[in-house]
Amino acid sequence: MTGGMKMYGKHRLPGRLFIVEGIDGSGKSTQLSLLQKWLEAEGYVVYFSEWNSSPLVRDVTKRGKKKKMLTPITFSLIHATDFADRTEHDIIPPMKAGAVVLADRYIYTAFARDVVRGVSPQWVRELYDFAVKPTVAFYFRTPLDIAMKRILGGRDAIKYYEAGMDLALSDDIEESFRLFQGRIIEEYEKMVEEFNLVPIDATRSIEEQQAEVRRIVSDALTGTRKTQVRRWLDLNSLGKGSRI
Amino acid sequence: MARFEFFGEGLPDIDLAELKGKLIVLEGTDGVGRSTHIGLLKQWLENHGHAVLDTGMTRSALAGKRLKQAKEGHTLGGITMSLFYATDFADRLENEIIPALRAGFVVLTDRYIYSLMARAIVRGASPEWLHEVYGFALRPDAIFYLRVNIGDLVTRVLQSTGFDYWESGMDMHMGEDLYESFVRYQKWLLAEFDKMVETHGFQIIDASGSIEEVFENLRDRVDRVVARNGYRV
Repeated sequence: MTGGMKMYGKHRLPGRLFIVEGIDGSGKSTQLSLLQKWLEAEGYVVYFSEWNSSPLVRDVTKRGKKKKMLTPITFSLIHATDFADRTEHDIIPPMKAGAVVLADRYIYTAFARDVVRGVSPQWVRELYDFAVKPTVAFYFRTPLDIAMKRILGGRDAIKYYEAGMDLALSDDIEESFRLFQGRIIEEYEKMVEEFNLVPIDATRSIEEQQAEVRRIVSDALTGTRKTQVRRWLDLNSLGKGSRI
Repeated sequence: MARFEFFGEGLPDIDLAELKGKLIVLEGTDGVGRSTHIGLLKQWLENHGHAVLDTGMTRSALAGKRLKQAKEGHTLGGITMSLFYATDFADRLENEIIPALRAGFVVLTDRYIYSLMARAIVRGASPEWLHEVYGFALRPDAIFYLRVNIGDLVTRVLQSTGFDYWESGMDMHMGEDLYESFVRYQKWLLAEFDKMVETHGFQIIDASGSIEEVFENLRDRVDRVVARNGYRV
């Protein structure tokens, strides 16, 4: 039987959870992937939580989006369902096992996006109250113009909901996207203090950002489990002419 | 002035003053005859000139089909299932119930948020959390709680469909077999419903009598609800 529902900040799990937030084009995924490589090389048991939820929930989301059936409330609820599935299958079990869990976007994405769509800020926060509180939540702070250049330069066409077209901000999809992302940034900025998001200046070089991220993560890893296998295969020790 | 109100944080962009119809809920555990009575009430109301919408769980255009499949596959966790049901409910509320109320229909709903909350609570969700989540729901004009004791319930279920995996709470491993699990699960659900009687203003209908007896009782009460504010059967 279920052991009762744990609320945000009340989970007591041996693992660690590091998440990245920021608008599209902030470079957060690049930073997370570099962090993952480093953690693995350091011998931590790393689990990357993908947005691979149950096909049933995913189908509903896809269909709802394709047919433009979603209202702000159902948009919010179906994404919360998806996130709950991820929490129950993908985040809590590896954290119970003591792993370092990484997630690209988290509940703060939903808070920003749904509030911009007109949903009550209090309601959406209550809705996600079952979420595990991250050990560190990084916020990649990017001026809108820089993010827009990165996005429009190299990606597929912007989709209807991604551009916030349902909000009728503009008939032009690029302009709508710009206005929508601008409002998302305002919501993120409000959350920095509320949720202790750790801002990273995403206008600096990739290397500088990564060094800062690793320093912060490193401080939060004391006592976390490492694998034995990796240590045994440590290339550094091989190079130093140890026993083998 | 608006007759309706939301439980908590309501839906954005809804003018409650526009809602003219009646929202009537039938609640109760599995096998108490809710769908039979919805059918009878609908016919009776229509015979008296009322437009009726009947609706129930897992019937939304958005999520209904997948939600039924999720129940059959029983792979989703408790919180996920609770939110999946909430999505289905929200879609029906916004796309069926509210438009029908705006058009002056009598809406008869087979279960409402109370069943969803009771099921989620026995699966480990916190009542306070559920209350917040369902803040967007409308308070109904009346909630009729069809109640039978556990002994009668077992007899009825055996005479109709037999014990179902979900209705027996088998996903929660509550007993060695379906019977044992069914009894424990349904008792627990009954206890959760009983707690809601006062907080949510349920009208208890003794559902242990014959269909005719139960229907007469229900019909008189529905008549009173529909007759309020100038409607007359």
